[in-house]
Amino acid sequence: MPLELYLDLHSQPCRSVFIFAKKTGIPFDFKFVDLFSGQQYRDDFGKISVVRKVPVMRDGDFILTESVAILQYMAEKFGTLDHWYPADLQKRARVNEYLSWQHAAMRAHGSKVFWFRAMVPILSGSEVPKEKMNSAMEDLTLSLKVFHEKFLEDKPFIIGEKISLADLVAIVEIMQLVGTGLDVFENRPSLSAWRDRVKNEIGGALFDEAHKAIMHVDSLPQTFEKNGMLEFIKPKFLKKFN
Amino acid sequence: MVLEMYLDLFSQPCRSVYIFAKNNNIPFDFKQISLLGGEQYGEEFRKINMISKVPAIRDGDFCLGESIAILTYLAEKYKTADHWYPSDLQKRARVNEYLSWQHTAIRMHGSKIFWQKVMIPQVMGVEVSKDRLAGTLEDLEVSLKLIEEKFIEDKPFIAGEQISLADLVAIVEIMQPVGAGLDVFEGRPKLSAWRDRVQAEVGEELFNEAHQMILTSQEKVKNMDASKMQVFKPKIMKMFF
Repeated sequence: MPLELYLDLHSQPCRSVFIFAKKTGIPFDFKFVDLFSGQQYRDDFGKISVVRKVPVMRDGDFILTESVAILQYMAEKFGTLDHWYPADLQKRARVNEYLSWQHAAMRAHGSKVFWFRAMVPILSGSEVPKEKMNSAMEDLTLSLKVFHEKFLEDKPFIIGEKISLADLVAIVEIMQLVGTGLDVFENRPSLSAWRDRVKNEIGGALFDEAHKAIMHVDSLPQTFEKNGMLEFIKPKFLKKFN
Repeated sequence: MVLEMYLDLFSQPCRSVYIFAKNNNIPFDFKQISLLGGEQYGEEFRKINMISKVPAIRDGDFCLGESIAILTYLAEKYKTADHWYPSDLQKRARVNEYLSWQHTAIRMHGSKIFWQKVMIPQVMGVEVSKDRLAGTLEDLEVSLKLIEEKFIEDKPFIAGEQISLADLVAIVEIMQPVGAGLDVFEGRPKLSAWRDRVQAEVGEELFNEAHQMILTSQEKVKNMDASKMQVFKPKIMKMFF
């Protein structure tokens, strides 16, 4: 029985899991969880995960949440190439250091700016106040700076010569902003060069496939018009990023 | 050359690293970095961790930040007993699942409560409204509920029969609101029973030693020189208010 991956590619952690499984040839059933129609709040999905978040992995009767845990599990179980999650103690520690730091930094700040730019205007009918947006942008800018100066430095990838889970988890978070029309790579030549290397390692076709949904996030109003779920979604979503 | 650990036991992730090292007899030099004194911003420490955060370790010429990364590094390097970070795929995944989830859940909410109840009003001199505090408490409640119902369930510990890094990382975060005078264990028998088991495994003396600072923090704060902290005000307000 193949792995089941419960995913919506609008979500950054879903993309890292999707890309990793596809790239390393891990067979899986793609179980679409339509976040913008509120599928994560339905009873069915509640049986999969009470946290009601994606991604979720089901391997037989073993259910696992949290993309970082899922990536580590898949790397180990399917014996993927060492560079993804190196056996070397110090190299692995460097990957883990990034995977840990990013939760409350790159991921949190990138998500906030994404919400402010793409979601809040649709959900609340008005733009986010300038001060709030500037404050969020400040945090994101700092995270990008730390990413460059502490994690990437002048190496090809975060742990050195080869791509790892750290680069994968990083790129999908940074791409979330690009989907809203915010080109964070502009005027950041090191970051752009790194993005090119990561995209090259993953494969352009797979990278683009994974990011198709988020690059079309400006069509969300039409999506809500079609699915009629805006009123249902509104209170739940607004609570998250007030 | 012995391992150096840069710590302030005021900080939750410092406590998990400290307890783990002590409990497993990992020899280390305790390098005090006083957070309330702003020592994390000093030039010397920035050479260890350029983002000025604790805990950080220096093992020879290898410097590492992030408690989660440090704990798994120590577990592997010093070959601690398997239960801490099990080699069994699914058990390890359960530990990793908790270690990942907690960053923006219990860690964030427990920290916020501490700052909003104690530090911001008493040190920053900014009043925190009942409404704001109630909102933060609500978030903390959700996190505690998930810890009980999803992570512990009806098991003795998060990964099953034995204590692991997950329980250690969980307990130090839960103790932070306790330091703020909030008894999160009251009315939560399952959580209390789990806390007792964790404390017994860690050793009561070590547990109390690690938590002495946070549990006496309300008193300490009364006697501290608030003017020293004012330079951090904008940062703190942004993060925790």
